[in-house]
Parts: sequence; C-alpha cells; structure tokens
Amino acid sequence: MSLVADDLTVHYRSLAGDVHALEGATFTVADGEIMGLAGESGCGKSTLAKALTRLESRMRYVGGHVVLDGRELPIWDDAAMNPIRYREVSIVPQYAMSALNPTRKIGRMIRELLKARGVEPRSVQSELERRLELVGLPGDVLARYPIELSGGMKQRVVMVISTLLDPSLLIADEITSALDVSTQRAVATMLVDFRDRHFVKSVVMITHDLSILAQVADTILVMYAGRVAEKARAETVIHSPRHPYTKMLIASLPEVGVRFADKKLAGIPGHPPQLLDPPRGCRFRARCPLATARCATQPPFIEVAPGHSVACWAQSGA
Amino acid sequence: MLELDHVTKVYSVGAFGSGKLPAVRDVTFAVGAGEVVSLIGESGSGKSTIGRLILRLSPITQGRIRFGGVDITTLGRRPLRDYYAYVQGVFQDPFSSYNPIFHADRVFELLRRQHFHDLGGSEWSRKVDGALEAVSLDPDQVLGKYPHQLSGGQLQRMLVARALLLDIKLLVADEIISMLDASTRIDVLNLLADLKLKGLGVLFITHDLSLGNYISDRTVILRRGAIVEMGATGKVFGNPQHPYTKMLLAAVPQLHRRWEAVEPVPVADETRPLVQVEPDHFAAVDVP
Repeated sequence: MSLVADDLTVHYRSLAGDVHALEGATFTVADGEIMGLAGESGCGKSTLAKALTRLESRMRYVGGHVVLDGRELPIWDDAAMNPIRYREVSIVPQYAMSALNPTRKIGRMIRELLKARGVEPRSVQSELERRLELVGLPGDVLARYPIELSGGMKQRVVMVISTLLDPSLLIADEITSALDVSTQRAVATMLVDFRDRHFVKSVVMITHDLSILAQVADTILVMYAGRVAEKARAETVIHSPRHPYTKMLIASLPEVGVRFADKKLAGIPGHPPQLLDPPRGCRFRARCPLATARCATQPPFIEVAPGHSVACWAQSGA
Repeated sequence: MLELDHVTKVYSVGAFGSGKLPAVRDVTFAVGAGEVVSLIGESGSGKSTIGRLILRLSPITQGRIRFGGVDITTLGRRPLRDYYAYVQGVFQDPFSSYNPIFHADRVFELLRRQHFHDLGGSEWSRKVDGALEAVSLDPDQVLGKYPHQLSGGQLQRMLVARALLLDIKLLVADEIISMLDASTRIDVLNLLADLKLKGLGVLFITHDLSLGNYISDRTVILRRGAIVEMGATGKVFGNPQHPYTKMLLAAVPQLHRRWEAVEPVPVADETRPLVQVEPDHFAAVDVP
C-alpha cells in the first residue's frame, strides 16, 4: 500500500469555534492507483489534500495517522514535512495554473523553485525538457511568460513541475475544472500517462466532476460533509453505488442523450449540514430517504464487498 | 421573439485600439417564446459576448438584434428601460452580483426603484414572495440575510426570481450553473425548464454539452465567434455534421461511456456558410 490514512481528523479554527471539516478519514491508495476523490463544495476534499501536504495556519491537526510507503507522515509538524513535500508527496493545488509568477519566465521560475528545494536545476534540465516535449509543449516554453500560455498549456507546465522529482504520491486538486472539454480531456489523460510512465506512483485526483473520474480513475472515494461515504472501483461507484448519497448524486447528473422532455432528473433536497456544529451520527441523515433512528449514531466505514466500503447502516446490516 | 441578424462584434485591442479582435462573426439565429436555445462553445468562442450584446452591455459592430421586431441596438434611455422589463440576464458568479455589505434582497429593492416605484409595500412583498416561491425558495429563509449567509444555489435562484418579478419574456442565462454543485445544479435547470413551459424564452449559454442537451430545444455551436452548427438539439447531438461538433461530443466525459480516440480538428479561419443538412439542422460543411 502506497498511502494509508487512518482516522485522520482536521479542524479549522474560527472565531465561532472549530469547523469539523475532515473527520475520521480512513482509506488506502495502492501502488499505481489513481484514486478519484469526489464530493460537493465543503465536503472536505480540499482539506484532505492540504492535510496530506501542508496544513494552513488556521487548520488544526486533531488526530489520526497517515502512512506513505511504510513511513508515517508528520503532518502536524510543518518543518518535518519539508523534506517530504515535493519529493515524496507533491500537490497541484486548485487554481495552480493561475498562480504562476507573472513576472518570471517559466524556465527561471522552475530554476528558482528547484533551488529552493535544494535541487541543482542543471541535474534535471534534460529530463524537464524531455517531459515538456512529451506533454506536447513547444520547445521555447521555458523562455515564455505565463501570460503567453493558454490555460491548458499552463496546467501542463504545472503538472510537469510538480512531478519532476518522481514523487510517490501526487495530489491533483481540481486540475481539470477551469478548462474546456477538449483540454480537460488532454490534461486528464496526461495524468494517466504520468502514472503509466512511473513519474508518479499513485495519484489522488480531487474533483467535483464524477464523469471525469469515470474516465481516468481506478477507484473513487466519495465524501460528504467532512466524512468518507463510499469507496470502490470506479465502475462500481458509477454503476452500482451503495451509499444513498452516491446514488442520489449520480442520479442527478445529466448526460448527453438525457433530455428534460424525456426524463426529468431530480436533485437532492435540502443542503449539507453546518460543520461548525455538525449533527451527531450520519451527516447525510437529514437528506436521506432511508434514514432511521439508528442513523443518529455514526455508521462505521466498513467493507460490504471486496474492495467496496460504505459508511451507511442500511448497507452494513447488523 | 429575439432575432440576431448577421451580428458581428469586433473588439479593439492594443495601444490606441489599433488591433482588431473579431469576437463574434456574422451570427444569425433566433429565440422564440417558450423556447430554450443553448449557445455552446469553448473559451473565446464569443458566447458570452453574444449574451452581452443582447443585453446591450456592449455595443454591436455590425448587424441587427431585434426583439419583437424592434431593433434594440439603437434604443435610447427610456425605451431601453422598457426593453429591460422584458429581457434580463443572470451570470455565472452569483456572489459577484451581490454587494456583500447589504442584505441579499437589496437586488429586489433596486429593481423596485427602477420599475415598480408606484407599487404599495404589501403588494410588493406579496410579489416578491411569489417570485421566490416560483424558484422554490422559502422567503423566510432568504429575506433579510447577507449574501455570505446563503448558498450559491440560493443566491443564483434569487437572481432568477429578481428577473421573474419583471414578468420577463427572455432570460439570458450565461453559465448560471457552472458554479453550483451537482445536486443543486439540476434544480436550477429544472426551474428553467418549468419557466419555459410557462412561455419564457431562454438563451442558455454554456460550455457544458450535457447541460445544454438536457434543457434546450435548439442548439447553436460556436467556434471562434462563428456558428459551425445549429438546429434542433436532438439532431445536432444525435447526428453531428461538423467535425468540431463531433470532437466536442467525443471529449465530453460521460459516466457510462469511455473516451474514444478522435482526430484533432484543424482550425479553419475562413467562415464557411451554413448549409441545411436536414430539416431544422444547419452546419458549416460542404454540401452533402
């Protein structure tokens, strides 16, 4: 197992108290696995990404463990994480492509970044050029300013930079979200290609778009209101989900071919709970058609079939 | 109801406006009452510019836009206000349409000053409640709240409610659901569909083919400012003729179908005239 997260809990400090943004996250990512992490705004997916790389100052590590390649990540210790970041765990944060320094040419920016990480730029120069060419970027891209690149080109540059040292785990946070469909496809396919070429060992791909994950992910982890709801192979989550939230979420997605006149899709009534003072028990309870008195206790996240785990009393029986 | 007649928009760019950037090139289509027309295109296709031209937020370079037979591109102040009583726009980012200092329902109050200053207080609040209910919002839950206390879906629905207060005939909806979560997205879509059944015309601007396909009667595919294909939605999506439309359709990620290999579509700079390929289906292709 490449990544093992066990009961990881991270809160945000706020004036009104702690926001329970990530609670008891437990899952594994195997070597070579692309795990899609899906969920709606505020479900904790970006919090999880940050927890695995760098906690913001207002984030508070509450408990749990994360083990990468057999070694525990000291995620509560910013300084101890320093040698691990970028080399072992690398992240493409949300909006990264819009965060390229506009006053530096791409090449100079990469050199500065590598030096800051203690890497001699010349030692990776040829590999950098090879990979930029591999993703279809023109040879002079290093001599250009970010403003001279399109969104898709910037996203490709960012992905090449973040995987340049062959990290074990890449966290890709909404890397396809701001792109056109054709560019989206190119970037998502590139992620699979990077895995196949062993530029990264495993990937956590965060997105709100399940249909992208259906294309590229091996497994999908669905989160709801800070907790994990379901994890299984991608086709299982898409075709035979077990958690009521996953079922309703997938049923609400229009696909090409589905027309309002023929089939009216339904959304999920209600809205997610406030995480400042989350309700006890299952957090989907208030919106769930299957909810019973038992749901006032948090259901365990347990395996209901090989490789398929669900946190729902209606599924786990007993 | 709304007709665009050979509409062209050229932006002046660079120092002293010396550079010319054609954003919309010779676009002709129409939106009827009770009809949803999807305007689909990628970034830079000119789809938002067309929305802005219809709403008179930016002047047109060439061509005509008619609403109910009247050319709206040259309207003066007063007739323009009357025009806005029939045609309203809602945009992508609901948060930017509100002033965070004021209550969210101030958008209704501003509208009242413009268009309903002679209406009594109780009559007005009845009207507001009615509009909110039409977009499935509970007035108690949204009135008197600040924008940050409401969700994106609620804010977006309030903007639709604001447009409904005017008893509009045409709604220009520019990417109105892109920022919403999947489970609330479909509610806003269904709302538009219900309003359409009551006779509202909607220009649904989107980059998302599956959303456009779900809701619209007719579809217009734009590329680099020009229409490459348009017609009945079922025909455009079911029997795409232009290679660009085919490429877009193949690139859409779908839940139940894996991506297939597609040929990249070379960028053709010349605008080819649209030809009819079947009834209510036109494409910029060679005559079959």
